[in-house]
Amino acid sequence: MSANLAGIQPASGDVGLPASLAMPILAFAILIGWAHASPGAVPALFWVAVLAAWALSWWLNHRIAERLRGRRSLLPPLIFGLVLFALWEIACVGGGIPFVLMPPPSAILTKLFASGGTLLPDFVQTVLKSALPGWALGGFAGFAVALACDRSPFLRRGVLPIADFVSALPIIGIAPIMVMWFGFDWQSKVAVVVAMTFFPMLINTLAGLSAAGHQERDLMRSYGADWGTTLLRLRLPMALPFIFNALKINATLALIGAIVAEFFGTPTVGMGFRISTEIGRMGLDMVWAEIVVAALAGSMFYGALTLLERAATFWHPSFRTR
Amino acid sequence: MTNDGRLVRILPVATVLAVLLALWYGAALPMNSGLPSFPQGGTLSERFLAAWALERPVLPAPHQIVAALWTATIETPVSSPRSLVFHGTITVSSTLLGFALGAVLGIALAIGIVHSRVLAASLVPWLVASQTIPILAIAPIVVVALGAVGVTGLVPKALISMYLSFFPVAIGMVKGLTSPEPMLLDLMRTYSAGRLQTLLRLRLPAALPYLFASLKVAVAISLVGAIVGELPTGGSAGIGARLLSGSYYGQTIQIWAALFAAAIIAAILVQCVALSERLTARAMGARP
Repeated sequence: MSANLAGIQPASGDVGLPASLAMPILAFAILIGWAHASPGAVPALFWVAVLAAWALSWWLNHRIAERLRGRRSLLPPLIFGLVLFALWEIACVGGGIPFVLMPPPSAILTKLFASGGTLLPDFVQTVLKSALPGWALGGFAGFAVALACDRSPFLRRGVLPIADFVSALPIIGIAPIMVMWFGFDWQSKVAVVVAMTFFPMLINTLAGLSAAGHQERDLMRSYGADWGTTLLRLRLPMALPFIFNALKINATLALIGAIVAEFFGTPTVGMGFRISTEIGRMGLDMVWAEIVVAALAGSMFYGALTLLERAATFWHPSFRTR
Repeated sequence: MTNDGRLVRILPVATVLAVLLALWYGAALPMNSGLPSFPQGGTLSERFLAAWALERPVLPAPHQIVAALWTATIETPVSSPRSLVFHGTITVSSTLLGFALGAVLGIALAIGIVHSRVLAASLVPWLVASQTIPILAIAPIVVVALGAVGVTGLVPKALISMYLSFFPVAIGMVKGLTSPEPMLLDLMRTYSAGRLQTLLRLRLPAALPYLFASLKVAVAISLVGAIVGELPTGGSAGIGARLLSGSYYGQTIQIWAALFAAAIIAAILVQCVALSERLTARAMGARP
């Protein structure tokens, strides 16, 4: 409590924050310009300057973090990320790292904005046609089987050990089989994603359904509530945090499944197809542009689920403590 | 009494497995009878027997996969490229290298995060964000890009495994290292223990259960990373290469055998972590 109070007090450095932010930004802007002016042939002094700018930004982040005292803020990770990208750019251009090994962020961004005509169909094919339907189907199937297991203890005792075992297996390996069964188009990708997302949902839902305590269940029984009512009024709401956990894990798994399954055969569109063909042609900027799209899609999907979780499980302790 | 308890545990699992196996054998006929090579006519039992004995079935029967596994592991010399032991060894060695690197990196990051407020504030959101992006999609790039500058073999695949496995370890260890109660931390302070001593005597032992839980996840995901990392190398060696070449040439039994081999390897790796967890617990004085 006292920690929070100390953080809220207007400290003397508050006025200086924009000014102290401007310093490292300016420093890195100059350094990036310098690197671009003489790519691959910068003097040793340059790297000393880079180290100094890095130290400056680190010290700034240190001061901000000390003032925050453990409270959450977007500022430190933002600075950390910007510095990371600036160092990446400087290392690639100034250090003359081969384009094949790692293109600089500027080249990736240029490619990203220049090739929307390729990226959009790839996005539609991989994310909207393959990952999303598979994610929804797999989650639904896992949930349905979990409910069935919940009704029958015998089924639950039989399925749970197997599900635990299978969830540790490299399920993605079934991709070539699914491509053989369902063809090159999105159907086979949906099948892979369903197989990958089914087990996390099954395990998490089963764990969530047993999260309600004995007292609450006894209370429901004393109300004369049957299995359906108890499920709707008590056990499903209690299971929601677990279900959302599975939905979030599955969001990433679905994208991975859809992209990797495309390595085994696709129509001539899709993010995985583009990645594997552009690598063959050493078009690394296009590959990275696809990865940026995948990363944005993945984190926005994840973020949307987090917001939904907050709205649906606002009562959960993890959202009430702060 | 113990026998009864074991029966209660094993009977449901055995039943579910038997049902799955029966469904598998049953599905082999409708799935395989569409093939042009499938013999026409015959009684139902003849058709079933034919469906279970095809050379390139759509769905191989379980006994065919087991037979292929037996041939590829026991009857083939280990040095042969048809031997699954040969491919498995390659995959397992890059898995283990990546797993070790990832575990060390994850533990180091967690120790840094627990002790430095800057790292906790600035790094943790990026760690979480890094896992919302489909990392495995980068696998082919890492392999090809490192190959272009002359780094080939185990290292590129191990780097992918490392990237995948450091995260569960880092997150689990942060949880574990911060799990000692304030009272215990205060006790260490009354002993005037330094940060290093608190880490070694209190935080690390307290984090061990969390560490082993994360290591089980990490070793499984590390194997996935190694297998996917073998895909873009174009079918030279490893379980992933075996999957890819199987899919190129329509060798379904080979794909299934490689999949089963991967499953067995995953199970063994997870069991090894579980065993080392039990041994560590015993060495630290835990009673069963």
